[in-house]
Amino acid sequence: MKKSHVFFLVLIIAAIAVLISLLPYGESTAMSSYETVYTAKEKEGKFVHLVAKLDTRQPVEYDALKNPNYLSFTAVDSLGATVKIVYHNAKPDNLEQSERLVMKGRMKGEQFECKEILMKCPSKYTDDPNRMEQSIINNTN
Amino acid sequence: MEYIGEHLMPGKMGHLLIIISFVTSLFAAGAYLLSFRSGENLAKQLSWKKLARIFFFIDVVAFLAIFIILYSLIANHRYEYFYVYKNSGNDLEPKYIFSSLWSASEGSFILWAVWHAILGMILIFTSKKWEAPVMMVLSLMQACLSTMLLGVYVAGVKIGSNPFVLFREQMPDLPIFTYADYVSKIADGNGLNQLLQNYWMVIHPPVLFLGFASVIVPFAFAIAGLMTKKLGEWTKPALPWTLFSAAILGVGVMMGAAWAYESLSFGGYWAWDPVENASLVPWMVLVAGIHTVVIYKNTGRSLNSSFLLILLSFILIIYSTFLTRSGILGETSVHSFADLGMNAQLYLFLYVFFWLPLFVLVNGIKKKLIVFGISIAFLILANFVHPLFTVIAPLLAIVGFMWQFQMVVPSHKKEEEGSSREFWMFIGSIVLFFSSLFIIGQTSLPVYNKIFGTKYAPAEDVEFSYNRIQIFIAIIIGSLTAVGQYFKYQKTVKKYFLKKIWVPALISLVFSTLIIVWGDINYNKYGIGFLASIWIAVACSIFAVVANFSYIWIGIKGSLKLSGPSVAHFGFGLMLFGILISSSKKEILSYNTSGISINFGPDSKENTGENLTLVKGVRMDMGKYWVTYHSDSIHPKKSQWYYHIKFESKDGKENFTITPDAFVNYQGNEGLMANPDAKHYWNRDVFGYITAMADPERNSDTASFEKNIVKIGDSIFYSRGYIILEDIVTNDNLPAEIFGPNGKLFEAKLKIVATSGSHYTSVPRLAIAKEIALAVPDTIMSESLVFQLNKVEGTTAEIGVKESNSVLQYITLKVYKFPFINVLWLGTIFMAVGFCISMIRRVRLNK
Repeated sequence: MKKSHVFFLVLIIAAIAVLISLLPYGESTAMSSYETVYTAKEKEGKFVHLVAKLDTRQPVEYDALKNPNYLSFTAVDSLGATVKIVYHNAKPDNLEQSERLVMKGRMKGEQFECKEILMKCPSKYTDDPNRMEQSIINNTN
Repeated sequence: MEYIGEHLMPGKMGHLLIIISFVTSLFAAGAYLLSFRSGENLAKQLSWKKLARIFFFIDVVAFLAIFIILYSLIANHRYEYFYVYKNSGNDLEPKYIFSSLWSASEGSFILWAVWHAILGMILIFTSKKWEAPVMMVLSLMQACLSTMLLGVYVAGVKIGSNPFVLFREQMPDLPIFTYADYVSKIADGNGLNQLLQNYWMVIHPPVLFLGFASVIVPFAFAIAGLMTKKLGEWTKPALPWTLFSAAILGVGVMMGAAWAYESLSFGGYWAWDPVENASLVPWMVLVAGIHTVVIYKNTGRSLNSSFLLILLSFILIIYSTFLTRSGILGETSVHSFADLGMNAQLYLFLYVFFWLPLFVLVNGIKKKLIVFGISIAFLILANFVHPLFTVIAPLLAIVGFMWQFQMVVPSHKKEEEGSSREFWMFIGSIVLFFSSLFIIGQTSLPVYNKIFGTKYAPAEDVEFSYNRIQIFIAIIIGSLTAVGQYFKYQKTVKKYFLKKIWVPALISLVFSTLIIVWGDINYNKYGIGFLASIWIAVACSIFAVVANFSYIWIGIKGSLKLSGPSVAHFGFGLMLFGILISSSKKEILSYNTSGISINFGPDSKENTGENLTLVKGVRMDMGKYWVTYHSDSIHPKKSQWYYHIKFESKDGKENFTITPDAFVNYQGNEGLMANPDAKHYWNRDVFGYITAMADPERNSDTASFEKNIVKIGDSIFYSRGYIILEDIVTNDNLPAEIFGPNGKLFEAKLKIVATSGSHYTSVPRLAIAKEIALAVPDTIMSESLVFQLNKVEGTTAEIGVKESNSVLQYITLKVYKFPFINVLWLGTIFMAVGFCISMIRRVRLNK
């Protein structure tokens, strides 16, 4: 057997070992999953990606003067379930405009403790007709 | 309806040119193929080649014209065109017209095709006998790119997305199009995405796309090698091109990192975002390919790996195009392109290039038909049976290629010496290749979800899920980079090796020890195991830097001509070192110590508080600095604000201002979009950006003074703490000419205790001058309190307390320290220079 072949083999074994450790029962490096409010509540304490959007009927609590690291709002998912979100960081720029939020964090009791928020904005990357309509209304003289 | 004021001519021209470019590049590919197949018949060969060149020239002119037309439409604000409306606005500076040109998918395809056109011209003049097969592949690719822009419907399926489509064609239902003179009503465009309004976005995409475009050249030479059955000879002309690609693509990727660092506020230059990974991985495979090609040229080994790596690097370029433009990344990436509904087309594009090598390799029309048949069969299976076949088919194509290749070129029977350079180079290439497989494997998670209908998401700690594997790759690659050149091909005598290596090894050992012991690298977030790995990796990177620097004198006696590999490896070592140090010693400086924040009871343990609020004009405590939000200014044309933030170190040694900026309520987007700014020192950057600011609508002051009658020692409560009247000082020894005969000056000494634990003092005054009471209020900015002393009677005072927001103009800031980030940028430059030196040498050798 060639030396390089032995090396290959060792690498492949290492690769498999790493892949196994990636399976979703590890800790912070294990794969997570996308959840709704209901399923996230079922997996209380487990790190999940909660997909929902801002519930505009409820107030957004953020005051940079009181505490720039505390944001709280209510999110509503596509099934209509709501949950209180707490985010210990500055308020993301386009929270109100986002059509969808992907919140990474854990359910803790009745609230979702969020570590990171990804916003899917109807941005210039997409061709959202409603946004274009709004944009053209703004830009018409 | 007859519309008034539209400029339809350029768009029609543009679309026509796209169709022309598609047809001519397809014809060029066909003519080149026929030229190639003419074999020994030189006259026929030449006439087909001439025809092919004419077709290709037309394609070149067409793409240059398309580029110019689109540029002029954007520059002239022709908002009747959807692409122009969507991606630009009146306020764009001239340089950003280019950014908007390539800001969306269509424009970046045009940029890519323009680079192919230019590279194709160079190849026509330089590739000599390789011209026909190489240009055939390039023309085929050019045709594929053109289809991405066609924008035609065939049997109800959209093929390509035309950048010259009119707004009213794209969205015919908008009410504005009921007016015949709608063009004159559109005053402004939608504007360019604020994140792209950054100078890096002017130069990063052209460089990156030149890198993308140039990767096809080694691929085309490899295919040409298969076509001509000169299975090894292609490496000679391909090597300089491969080095060129590696230099440009490497720089392009790092420019993207620099853009992320300077313009995105995720606080760093690399986040293992899928879009970043997708362009890094082809580069890694390409670099691995360079090494195996060099092995082949020196020893005749590793030809099969050279084929595999060079072919895969280009296929991975298309795969990354597929990932970033199909919309499949969805939630996992912050900056991919929009889904243009062309996933099937993108996949087919990828599919063609997966099967092309095997198709070319097999001999005889019968076998070729079998390969073609299998590829079609798998497409049908993928479409009708299970999407799993979309993955099986490309893998099968690669395995089939390797199997067939093995039958043509048997691999070397004799094993390499363990002491030979080629052995260790090969190991390095394999490690690099495996590392890239890990990265692309992890990045492709959304693809598995799509195929299997699962809902897996990236790990909680995405960066660590990559780093914990890549740190070991860094150790292996770092040490191989260091020692590689000290081995000789075939066999290295132990004595020779030790004699040469001991000096650099000793120097590195000393430096590494010094840095590890006194460098204060104590990144213990992931435990001692990971920290130890970082230490080892740092030592390896230092070894790589020192050994390659020394090799210029020890190994090649200062010859500039031969120094390419040493310079490139030296640069790579610097990059590794820069990455390790800047990441493991990155610090958040803006920990909230100001007393502005208040504790949130049960949540307080969670509250790491990485953001600090600065009130305009008030000096705040931020770790080793005092920071002041000094002033602000606005861009003359757009609502882009610049905030001047003064930093003074408490030891008085540093004094500087950084000016992060933010788009505020830009183009109808409420809120802010922040761009960071950094103070660059030779050994570190202090890097800050705005995360929140005062809401201008809240600036009207509706609060009023609340009257409190208190004695000395009494307390007044306010929303975030309480106030103690400590003392009242009465002063009646005052100049009579100002205060009159009975002038008095009262001072109330107040102590404010905020629930955050901070204490303040405030001294509102009350002057009685010429029988008139004059209050001199005092404010505590950070608590937004205003005090007014109204009346004093002995030890009793009437104090007005106002809690206000209007007094405050504030911003919230996040500040990082990145040590030795410049080493990373410097290393990138050295690496690119090293590639270029090697390229020049290889070009000369080929002559």
